[in-house]
Amino acid sequence: MKKEFKVISDLIVENSKVLDVGCGDGELIKYLLENKTVNIRGLEISKDRVQNCLSKGLTVIEGDAENDLKQFPDTSFDYVVLSQTLQAFLNPEIVINELLRVGKKAIVSIPNFGHWKVRMHLLFKGTMPVTENLPNQWYDTPNLHMCTIKDFFNYCEKKNIKIDKSLSLNKEIINEINKSNLLIKNLISDLGIFLIEK
Amino acid sequence: MNKFNKVKNIIVKGPQKLDCGKEISNFPLAYETYGKLNQKKDNAILVFHALSGDQFASDINPITNKEGWWNFAVGPDKALDTNNFFIICANVIGGCMGSYGPSTIDPKTDKAFGTTFPVITINDMVNAQFNLLEFFGIEKLFAVIGGSMGGMQVLQFVSNFPDKAKIAIPIACAASHSAQNIAFNELGRQAIMADINWKDGLYEENKTNPDKGLAVARMAAHITYLSKKGLEDKFGRKLQEKDNLNFSFDADFQIESYLRYQGSVFVDRFDANSYLYITRAMDYFDLAKQFDGNLSKAFEKTKSKFFIISFTSDWLYPTAENRDIVIALNAIGADVGFVEIKSDKGHDSFLLDVPDFLNTLKNYLQSNYLTTNEKRI
Repeated sequence: MKKEFKVISDLIVENSKVLDVGCGDGELIKYLLENKTVNIRGLEISKDRVQNCLSKGLTVIEGDAENDLKQFPDTSFDYVVLSQTLQAFLNPEIVINELLRVGKKAIVSIPNFGHWKVRMHLLFKGTMPVTENLPNQWYDTPNLHMCTIKDFFNYCEKKNIKIDKSLSLNKEIINEINKSNLLIKNLISDLGIFLIEK
Repeated sequence: MNKFNKVKNIIVKGPQKLDCGKEISNFPLAYETYGKLNQKKDNAILVFHALSGDQFASDINPITNKEGWWNFAVGPDKALDTNNFFIICANVIGGCMGSYGPSTIDPKTDKAFGTTFPVITINDMVNAQFNLLEFFGIEKLFAVIGGSMGGMQVLQFVSNFPDKAKIAIPIACAASHSAQNIAFNELGRQAIMADINWKDGLYEENKTNPDKGLAVARMAAHITYLSKKGLEDKFGRKLQEKDNLNFSFDADFQIESYLRYQGSVFVDRFDANSYLYITRAMDYFDLAKQFDGNLSKAFEKTKSKFFIISFTSDWLYPTAENRDIVIALNAIGADVGFVEIKSDKGHDSFLLDVPDFLNTLKNYLQSNYLTTNEKRI
């Protein structure tokens, strides 16, 4: 997880204005505050977690990305970060559009459903995959719209979203993803991290 | 006015121009403090009280001998920790705890001002309180905090004095009074004015007291501070010290008895005319209107960091109205945090022992205070 923070942090230019959507307990905000920029806000749906963030003195607003990103003007942030949350939205497309409206750029990370372990699980066990990164059962998972790294790639292409940088995280190893290694990266990566813009 | 001898006050020289057009000068503003102002004078928090509050936020109020209205939040190791912070709380002008108000004696007539006292606004209140900064030699407050009408004062303060508070925490309030809020206030005012003892506001010289009217006003208002669930849990349909209905208009139900008690103790400590003036100030409050209907403009110059708090069961100043302030601040890229605290205690939640609220407030102040100190070192 810390490795993901580092990857995200490296994508951000110093002293930028950042919004962390679905900021949880504010760990990424704290990491970026210490390493990159002081101008960072969070949006989080859980009251307990918002209270937790505010208790640490962080600037966090209670709200959900599907409804409450509306209040932010166009390009009011340099970067909007969405870390491993896209799959949990009822309508991920609205959220992606909002990220790209509010932020000059967006950083989106997704747990990769194309990982070979996931594929094997379904193929051989015949039940919905449960892995380290996807620990929930089908009936209690918050994830509504799982996708693979390749899915996200294709989506950006179809919607004319520019991918500035795409990285894969496999255990602790970071790799760049490009068209030529997409198939293999889609098979072995735990996480895909994308820097995108309109 | 003898009873206010032990009340601290400053005399505001003025002249201060009021929104109604009149000017006031050389008037008293009563205040109280808790904790110690440090050498750098950077640990001061200005607390604004609500409609029925006063400067005695903590400890025992020497006039009423009752606990201060924000005893849960102000004191050593509490949310507004007096081990670290210097808390200043002032009575509002128009109030009745030693500040310039309708019960002040008019030197021209030697009688109480009554309804000849000028109508005041939230803006007038904070402009008067601003003089406390000069009095204490404070360049910049660490925070301004208040709930309900106190929250309105927080908003007006940072709008009027954009560089005078590091942190602004408006709690359970709104940027303008809604029709429903105005309606409830009008009900209270009419109850007072319908009391035969009100005497057009000249009850002091007539040696009467509109206690009945003021008590009814308080009873009506008190209902709006609680939630339906809170009332149900606490009182339900329980009877007051009896097993059967009395078939009369006595206080059969506990809730009736409770409200009557709330009304009766209120008249001992509050002036009926002050109630009229302060509710009027709340009704007139519309911060957006002061800026051509654009609330964001009210905060354009503000450098403060905001933390806005609402409560789930508050239907008097509901979350949506608090959120409007958040939205206006986000529109101009201000630094604003927001949480809606879960509580079934209604609007009164900010005055009561609501641990989620008090803990978050305490830790927020503490960690921000530490961060600022670290930066200085």
